[in-house]
Amino acid sequence: MPDTASRPGMLEQDAHRLSAVGDWTLPHYARLREAVAKVHQAESIDLQRLGELDTSGAALLVDLLGPEGVHDIAQWAPQLSPERQALLRVVADATRRPLYPPTAPRSGLTAALARLGQVVELLARQQLRLVAFIGLTLTTLLATLVTPRRWRITSLAAQVQQSGLNAIPIVALLTFLVGAVVAFLGATVLRDFGATIYTVNLVAYAFLREFGVLLAAILLAGRTASAFTAQIGAMKANEELDALRAQGLDPVQLLVLPRVLAMVVSLPILALIGTLSGMLGGALVCAMALDISTTQFLTILQRDIPLSHFAVGIGKAPLFAFVIAVIGCLEGFKAGASAQSVGEHTTSSVVQSIFMVILLDALAALFFMEMGW
Amino acid sequence: MNRAGEAVVEIRGLVNRFGRHVVHDGLDLDIRRGEILGVVGGSGSGKSVLLRSIVGLKRPDGGTVRVFGEELQRLAPARRTQVERRFGVLFQRGALFSSLDLQENVALPLIEHGGLTRPDAERLARVKLAMAGLPPDAARLDPAALSGGMIKRAALARALALDPEVLFLDEPTAGLDPIAAAAFDRLLLTLRDALGFSVFLVTHDLDTLYASCDRVAVIADKRIRVADTLPVVEATEDPWIRDYFHGPRGRAARQAARRHSPPQGENR
Repeated sequence: MPDTASRPGMLEQDAHRLSAVGDWTLPHYARLREAVAKVHQAESIDLQRLGELDTSGAALLVDLLGPEGVHDIAQWAPQLSPERQALLRVVADATRRPLYPPTAPRSGLTAALARLGQVVELLARQQLRLVAFIGLTLTTLLATLVTPRRWRITSLAAQVQQSGLNAIPIVALLTFLVGAVVAFLGATVLRDFGATIYTVNLVAYAFLREFGVLLAAILLAGRTASAFTAQIGAMKANEELDALRAQGLDPVQLLVLPRVLAMVVSLPILALIGTLSGMLGGALVCAMALDISTTQFLTILQRDIPLSHFAVGIGKAPLFAFVIAVIGCLEGFKAGASAQSVGEHTTSSVVQSIFMVILLDALAALFFMEMGW
Repeated sequence: MNRAGEAVVEIRGLVNRFGRHVVHDGLDLDIRRGEILGVVGGSGSGKSVLLRSIVGLKRPDGGTVRVFGEELQRLAPARRTQVERRFGVLFQRGALFSSLDLQENVALPLIEHGGLTRPDAERLARVKLAMAGLPPDAARLDPAALSGGMIKRAALARALALDPEVLFLDEPTAGLDPIAAAAFDRLLLTLRDALGFSVFLVTHDLDTLYASCDRVAVIADKRIRVADTLPVVEATEDPWIRDYFHGPRGRAARQAARRHSPPQGENR
């Protein structure tokens, strides 16, 4: 190195030979690369006036000379220090195999068709896997029921607290607000017919049959299904599920059953709280804005609304709870080893469980209507 | 590069504690320019914590850590980033970004700090991956699809992306097969000789110590027990050091090093 002052790297070309001048380092990479691309290939190069050299510069020299040319560098550039010769040789060896291995080209149409096919197959597999997992959960549940030693009461209680008890405030607040909104809507429409008194029936029907359970279920789908997926997905990423299996323990029994049962216990209670709180919101609006006193509200409720509506509503809760919990757990099992995969499956579990809840609710509404319940 | 022997990292009186648990108490250590410094110590003796304090991931509870003559914790954020660019860190478990494939993992610092265009950066990233010993078709794989050894290599390629002045390696050869570990030692020496960077190497691998380290620092009792060339460290009177270097594994590694390579002199 005649002088070590920092000078931008350059490729100089006179009549006879190429010479590399200045620092061949990362800051000058872009410019040097253009210069190298213009020359294509060279037999040898004068390195006398080369300043600093790092791996990026070495990679460019190798591009220029080709791996073979670099390999006998000791012959044509003996003045280069052995360390730098070694660096060039390492880079040359690394780039001996093509950096971009050829891949089979595909036309746009076949690629699009292939992607469509993949998505359809994936969806079908997903549904099949959900059904299989439901079956697995149910058989494990039956097997566990007959052996009380395997009941995991502590785990169940912890899950009930997390997914049920802790969700009470948000469920109560949300349904209360929706109850008030429904009452306002009813009052606005029914006033034209002079039938504002039927606002009471509207609120009661809506919350007993649909909104109480549906709102609670959607909230839990967002709040708890995602938590289940993230918990189980992180365990999977950490190989904890494999560790359980390797010790002869059943992850479905240890992890899935307590969560599913906790949801089946929690959601009906939350649905009840949601129903009461929604009707409370409705009653408040009736009392404040429509001059329907709370006594009147309660009387109409008692006189006009049969108990069967409550049964229809709350009866759906265990089913919703089961579906939400199973989807949440299954997505956790499907997650891969990376943080990104856990995130994707958490999203997917929320979307799927909300979708399933609304779909089942629509089917149930049709069924109950046909049955006249 | 001609300033060999000068300290690039100076640690004086370092104290680190977690709650009441004291990890380091008055620890002194230098990393000199161009050397490969091996750091050994029992499990839980604070090797990784020491590494984290140097690179600025853990704020020391006492003492000073000077890097290139400056105290990292006291620098303004912009200046600090500039200093941190001169580090390359290989974390114990690779710490590859799981949402990027290997090529993007290595290209990221080249684009962000090196100012390269994406095609240039990705091409250079492929060169670095190949230098670390990965096959070309691995460049588009996600970290989740890799074996432990491949993750280590990709992490090395990322640590080397910006040709750092100080390279921190946290157990780089753990989990590699012996052939790959030996190749790693050779690669490290070649690059160090050519580029002149310093290496802070936390390891349990005795073969690596004998094959590549210029100096070895032993952490014991919350401070550096000894930091010197291997013969001096071996001769130190200390029960732990004796067990470490004169146990069956230490003897085997020493003999292997003597057989396979000429004695490692101070070549700079």
